[in-house]
Amino acid sequence: MPIFSYLAIPRNGAKEALCADLAKISYCEIIPADNQDVIVLVTDTPDQNTEKNLQQTLKDLHSLQSLSLAFGYDDNENKGN
Amino acid sequence: MTMKLNRRRFMKYAAASSAVATAGSLFPGISFGDWQKINNNSGVVSWQKAPCRFCGTGCGVLVGVSGDRAIAVKGDPNCSVNKGLCCMKGYHSVQALYGKDRLTKALVRKNGSMVEVPIAEALDLVAEKLQETRDKHGKDSVAMYGSGQWTIPDGYVASKLFKGCLGTNNVEANARLCMASAVTGFMTSFGLDEPMGCYEDIDHANVFVTWGNNMAEMHPVLFSRMLANRKRRANVNIVDFATRLTRTSQAADKSIIFKPQTDLAVANAICYEIIKNDWVNWEFVNNHVSFHKGKTNIGYGTEDHFTFKDKAESISLEEFKLFLEDYTPEKVEKISGVSARDIKYLASLYGDPTLKITSFWCMGMNQHTRGTWINNLVYNIHLLVGKISTPGNSPFSLTGQPSACGTVREVGTLTHKLPHGVVMNEKHRQMAAEIWDVPVSNIDPKPSYHTVEMFRALDRGDIKFMWIQVTNPMVTMPNLIRYREGTLKDDRFVVVSDVYPTPTTDVADVILPAAMWIEQEGMFGNSERRTQHFGQILNPPGEAMSDTWQIIEVARRLGFEKQFSWDQTDYIEKIWEEYRRFHAGPKHEMASYKVLNERSGVQWPFVNGKETRWRFNPNYDPACTNGKDFDFYGKKDNRAWIWARPYEPAAESPDSEYNFWLNTGRVIEHWHTGSMTRRVPVLHNAVPSAYVELHPEDAAELGVVNGEKVKIISRRGEITMPAQINGRGVPTRGMVFVPFFDESYLINEVTLDAFCPISKQPDYKKCAVRLEKA
Repeated sequence: MPIFSYLAIPRNGAKEALCADLAKISYCEIIPADNQDVIVLVTDTPDQNTEKNLQQTLKDLHSLQSLSLAFGYDDNENKGN
Repeated sequence: MTMKLNRRRFMKYAAASSAVATAGSLFPGISFGDWQKINNNSGVVSWQKAPCRFCGTGCGVLVGVSGDRAIAVKGDPNCSVNKGLCCMKGYHSVQALYGKDRLTKALVRKNGSMVEVPIAEALDLVAEKLQETRDKHGKDSVAMYGSGQWTIPDGYVASKLFKGCLGTNNVEANARLCMASAVTGFMTSFGLDEPMGCYEDIDHANVFVTWGNNMAEMHPVLFSRMLANRKRRANVNIVDFATRLTRTSQAADKSIIFKPQTDLAVANAICYEIIKNDWVNWEFVNNHVSFHKGKTNIGYGTEDHFTFKDKAESISLEEFKLFLEDYTPEKVEKISGVSARDIKYLASLYGDPTLKITSFWCMGMNQHTRGTWINNLVYNIHLLVGKISTPGNSPFSLTGQPSACGTVREVGTLTHKLPHGVVMNEKHRQMAAEIWDVPVSNIDPKPSYHTVEMFRALDRGDIKFMWIQVTNPMVTMPNLIRYREGTLKDDRFVVVSDVYPTPTTDVADVILPAAMWIEQEGMFGNSERRTQHFGQILNPPGEAMSDTWQIIEVARRLGFEKQFSWDQTDYIEKIWEEYRRFHAGPKHEMASYKVLNERSGVQWPFVNGKETRWRFNPNYDPACTNGKDFDFYGKKDNRAWIWARPYEPAAESPDSEYNFWLNTGRVIEHWHTGSMTRRVPVLHNAVPSAYVELHPEDAAELGVVNGEKVKIISRRGEITMPAQINGRGVPTRGMVFVPFFDESYLINEVTLDAFCPISKQPDYKKCAVRLEKA
């Protein structure tokens, strides 16, 4: 059950489109910056498979230029420890 | 299960928090308005934004709520004012909500005793008495006295009810006691109120001069920002120019002490030196400045019905130079006690074209019988050298209260003001009448009473009904004994809305329990033209009600349902959008409710989605249209005005009978009259009672040591209190200082109700007293 947070940078002028795209995707919550073209993306998926699929969906987004990982947490890995 | 759910929410909160923090380090100044929505779902502590309510700085705080109680405060990292830092009052602010004696029920005086009644019954009585008084004694027999701690909607509905519906200009606020001279200073020099600069000036200036301004205690977060800049950047200096040694003086690179009232002479001497040494920025002066003089020997307002109207006359640069001949550093040294060398040093800092310079002031210059003049004179200095309206070059009047700017100055809750403009102007009255949906004839074109005169009118019986909200005049009015006796006269009716019992509720006939701060939705406006919205985060206790809604309830009872038709679910949004219409246009455009709701404050003018950092400078200000490098569009001649204003003595100076100056003010731990901060155990125990600061040699002559009692006697009253010697503040010889936060020691029974004839702001910093060992 991984939780990640990222800084999502839209392609030029595509912040609104990226917000709209991300808002449609399950397991995603967004916090757009008011004054910069930056969006905080928090993902919370139930299992690894869903996580993998989500990663692929994100990679395919045309409005997205880059994702920088800020935080990662996985229940399973934590239990393993 | 619940534990697991909460833990997961907590991890998501941590994830988001981490990303927001990362963004903050990569993109300085980045703001996330929606951040609170996710925070609220953390399941641990929900954090919601608000501006601090304990001074005019406007620090953003995040209030941590667990269940139905505020349990924590942290600085809001998204707020550019404080960038995550608070002072001690800010960090403890939520505890002020939970004093044991919060007013939760309405109280009405019956047969001499206060009796609990349902709030609806109390509001009925307020409306009935207001109507009855008005019918019997005329429209100007009723008055509203509010505050710079009113929210913007509070002040707006008060003005709409009294000026628009009831037709009286008897609306004043305690900001008259703290910022009126700043307003008249701005208006006379620039034609528009409020600073042209912003707090970012602190990050650019090389020199800071604090003019009678103990920023270390009164604006500690801004002061720390100044100190941080001094440490981080080379060539940053702080000069403290004051009448008393304080923590600000101790932290400054240079401390210069002047005799009370002589700042006027020193400011003129600085101008003299600037001209003499040809440090004038001639291009700036020739293009953007005009010279003027006004009346002199203008009085002090200590008598009832005092009136004064200044008259501006144009003068030439040569005439201005001639006027300054009386203010050579050597001559001024004799008046002020400041050495000619120090005056020349100050002038050289302002005059050096390689240095950016910011002047800060607050009550020292504003609570001054020549408050308007000294504001003008500091502008003169900046204007002569052209150091204004550019990053780091700023004459900056700091505000005392959280919404003295937002509510009192912008909404216009002063007798002569309207939300846009003044009652004397027909177009401004027409605009107000249209927006308020009242006949224009309702709005009286004549101002009535400023604050001191309003309380004199209450004492005389010209005013018989007064409603006081969010302020404590029975501690703060100068020459207090007269005004307290006035409220207690037989046919006076006083309504007080407050959160705790105070000396003002003691004189009330009706007490209305008020919602405090984040128990209601509202907006404040801080020193740097920043409007700050806060949502209702908590429920008010008992029957406590927001001041705005109290006024709406009374307005409806008086038959003004049409003008006050808002619904309780969204009245703040609706009021804001109505009020905003008054300021439409590039000179004062305000952000929409939606934008305010999302951000930790927005600076006006807010034009095309952009805040204005420096006004009158076309690189930042879209209202500039003259095609030049500056546009002082507030004045008809499109220039900033330099004023020839002389030194004139204080209303009352020490003499052989009353041989000490009395200076009053605040301490860092307490907010104003202490009615809230004295209910915060940490703050109260830090400074549990007031004291009188003496110079050690004066104390020795008097034969008192720390803690021994001293009697302070003036022509108006006397008070006995413990001495503090070599404490955090040390007055000069011949001066004592007393903080006014403690209602057990009402120092304003001793002070004088003299005021600046232009601003009508009283001078709490200067009167004559004598001392006795008690």
